[in-house]
Formats: sequence, C-alpha cells, structure tokens
Amino acid sequence: MLRTMIKTLWLLLFAAPLVYAQEAPDALVKRIAEETLTTIRSDKDLQTGNPGKVKQLIESKLVPNFDTGRMTALAMGRNWRAATPDQQSQLTEQFKTLLIRTYSNALTNYRDNTMSYKPLRANPGDTEVVVRTEVTRPGQAPVPIDYSMEKTPDGWKAYDVIVAGVSLVTNYRDEFNDAIKSSGVDGLIKTLTDKNRGPVPK
Amino acid sequence: MNNLGSLSRYIGLLVAGAAMLLAGCAAAPNKDDPFEPWNRTMYDVHQAVDGTIVKPIAQAYVTATPELIRTGISNFFGNIDDLFTGINNMLEGRGDQAGDDFGRVLLNSTFGMGGILDLASMMGITKDKKDFGITFGKWGAPQGPYFFVPLFGPTTLRDGTGTVVRIFLSPIGYINEIPVRNTLYGVGYLDTRAQALSAESVLDTAAIDRYRFLRNAYLKNRRYQVYDGKPPPEEDEDDATSAPAVPAPAPPIK
Repeated sequence: MLRTMIKTLWLLLFAAPLVYAQEAPDALVKRIAEETLTTIRSDKDLQTGNPGKVKQLIESKLVPNFDTGRMTALAMGRNWRAATPDQQSQLTEQFKTLLIRTYSNALTNYRDNTMSYKPLRANPGDTEVVVRTEVTRPGQAPVPIDYSMEKTPDGWKAYDVIVAGVSLVTNYRDEFNDAIKSSGVDGLIKTLTDKNRGPVPK
Repeated sequence: MNNLGSLSRYIGLLVAGAAMLLAGCAAAPNKDDPFEPWNRTMYDVHQAVDGTIVKPIAQAYVTATPELIRTGISNFFGNIDDLFTGINNMLEGRGDQAGDDFGRVLLNSTFGMGGILDLASMMGITKDKKDFGITFGKWGAPQGPYFFVPLFGPTTLRDGTGTVVRIFLSPIGYINEIPVRNTLYGVGYLDTRAQALSAESVLDTAAIDRYRFLRNAYLKNRRYQVYDGKPPPEEDEDDATSAPAVPAPAPPIK
C-alpha cells in the first residue's frame, strides 16, 4: 500500500510533466478509444447513425489524431512525388473525407464493442511505434487492430490502421495506383471527389 | 461469420472448379488472382443475385427479428464453429488453445442450451477462429489462385478446399431429417449473410473498386492468420515509401 503510494508520488513528481508534455502513444490510443466508446454508448443519436453528430464526433475526436497527409502519401506510394503540391493537397482532402465517411459508417456498430490494449513494445527514444489493440464484439473472436504511430511536435499521430492484418493504407495503394494508371492523378482526384459526393451506402 | 456448410456453397465451389478450366488462358496481371476477368464476372453475378434476393432477405431478417433471438442463433452456429476451431487448433499442434475451444463447446452445448448462450465468453474463455484453410496453410499448402464465388464470397483454392472438408464434416450434415437439416442450413446461411451486412456497407463506402478492395483485404487477412499474426514482409514495389516495419521487439514498457 505504502509502496504504491510512494511509487505514485514519484510518478506524479517526475513522470507527470513529461506525460503532460506528450502523452505516450499507447495511452493516447486508449484514451481516445475509450472516450469515443463512452460517447457512443451514452448517445442514442450516435447509435442510430445521425449523420451530423457522427461526423462531428469523428472530426473532433479522431481526425486530429491522424496524420492524413502522411496517410495519403503512403497510399499514393511512388505516385506521390509525381503529383504537384496542389494535387497533393486535393488528394489529402479527398482521402480524409473518404476515411471520415468510412468511419462514420462503421462507428454506429461499435456500441457493444470492448477494447483491450496490449503492452507497448518500444524503446524510449522511438519516434515510430505500433500500438496494438484488440476489439471484441459479443459472440465473435477478438479482432486485432494495430495503429502505426509517429511522433510529431504535435504529439503522437496515427498514420495507418491495420485491421486483422489488413493495412488501410496498403489496401488503398492498389486502388490509387490503378486509377492513376488509367486516368492520371487528376482522374484519381475526380474519382475520389465523385465518390465522396455520392450517398453513403446502406 | 460462421462457416456453415450449405448446398449453395458446395455448388459455388464446383463453379470455382469449372472456372479454373474455363479461365485458364486469361491474362494474369495479379499473381494471386490469375482468373481476374472470370472472377469479376462472378462478382457481378453475385451482386445481381445477392442484391435482389439474398441481401433484402437478410436485411428483413435483421429488422424483423429481435436482437436477442439473432444473437442466440449466431451463438448456436458459432458453437459449431468453435468445434471446428478446436479441431484445427489441434491439427496445428496448439493443444492448450484447442482445450479452450473444446471447453467452450462443452460448456455452451450443455449449460448454454445447445450453444444458444455463449456462457464461455461470459466466463472469460476467449473465442478463437480457425478453419481448415488456415491449417492447410500452416502445413505448407500454397493458397493457390483466388476465386470469387457467387453467394459464397472470396476464397482461394486452398481455403475453398478447406470449406469443402468442413461441409462434409459439419454435424448438421449428419442430421437425418431432411427438413430439419435444410432449415438449419438456410438459417445458418441467413445468419452469416446478416452478420456481413454492416461490414459490407463499410466496404461500399471505403472502396473505389469493391472487387479489388475485397480481394486484397481477404488475401492479406488470410495470410495474417496463416502466419499467426506475424506475416513476413511481402515484396512491395513501393517499399521505399512504405511504413517502417514493426519496431524490433523491446521489453514492454509498463
């Protein structure tokens, strides 16, 4: 008991300012995930998929913790360098919108999910880590979800999500590659823009 | 998703076999999907049949059936899945995991009223998911060509073979009363399809080319499972720009 208290005090004295300065990546993932789940569980509108509210939650809670620029660059692969800065910013914007729409569609199903968090395997000086979690839905085997994260001056940010071995970014690379091959970077931008304008599939 | 064997799937696999003969000379841009033109046609067939018949029924089932009952039905078929997960864990030499799986089946089949209640999960015995395709992969069988089979979904030669084995071994196939057996097949199929609804709508939102998005995700996920969540890196022409591999193992930071 006393030991724990002393340990806690030490942590408060020394670790707290550091944590405050930059939240550890695994702590960040856990905090965001739990806060999001709590919000969904306590809000009927979110559970029934009220589009405005869902979008607002995602934009305020999730988007700031993702490096959408890097995600887009990774999904583009070697085509990224061939794109002009203007095309790059358009692509980033459209890809971000696509991801927000995708998450909006998925989020309403999260109510009964529970998350567990694996211990972080990283060295103290690392600027790139993988945070491992597991999502359990009733009656289903747990699904591993990993977040590739990088350290930025703004705190840790995720640049890829790997669901049961399927990397979000890599899965898009094929799609982007093909669209570019057949209709160029502008063609891809148009495809993404059109898709984002369409209705969200039911 | 449970892998309940159903007649339609069996037929689907026969179709897959025919596909190999028919599409043998197609151009092969993707090494895992040599029969892509054929598969895309099958995907369109699936979209048409599923979209007009199966999906609306599955949606109606979800709307009309209370969640509690649907969960019970899912658990019932999930219990049969657990049995096969146990068998496959045993075949892979994972005795302790298989013990958990068989423990789940025993508990859920008895106190869980034939599997309708998933008591084992409530008691903290975690559900696992294994199938013959994964076992064959672990034994070294190559995945073989990819197939999209209408009304069944994505598979490969290896995984499809696994599914056929599963169909022949499924306890439901040993039920002698044909109406009961067929009802179970039907409900099982509906349950599987209904469970895929939400994932499907996410896929529809996410993908530019649904066929390819699904194929790539399927193959990556299967590879991941065969390698127990630690697949070796694949050749990737975009390696220079791709994310660094998983950091070298270090002691966990507590």
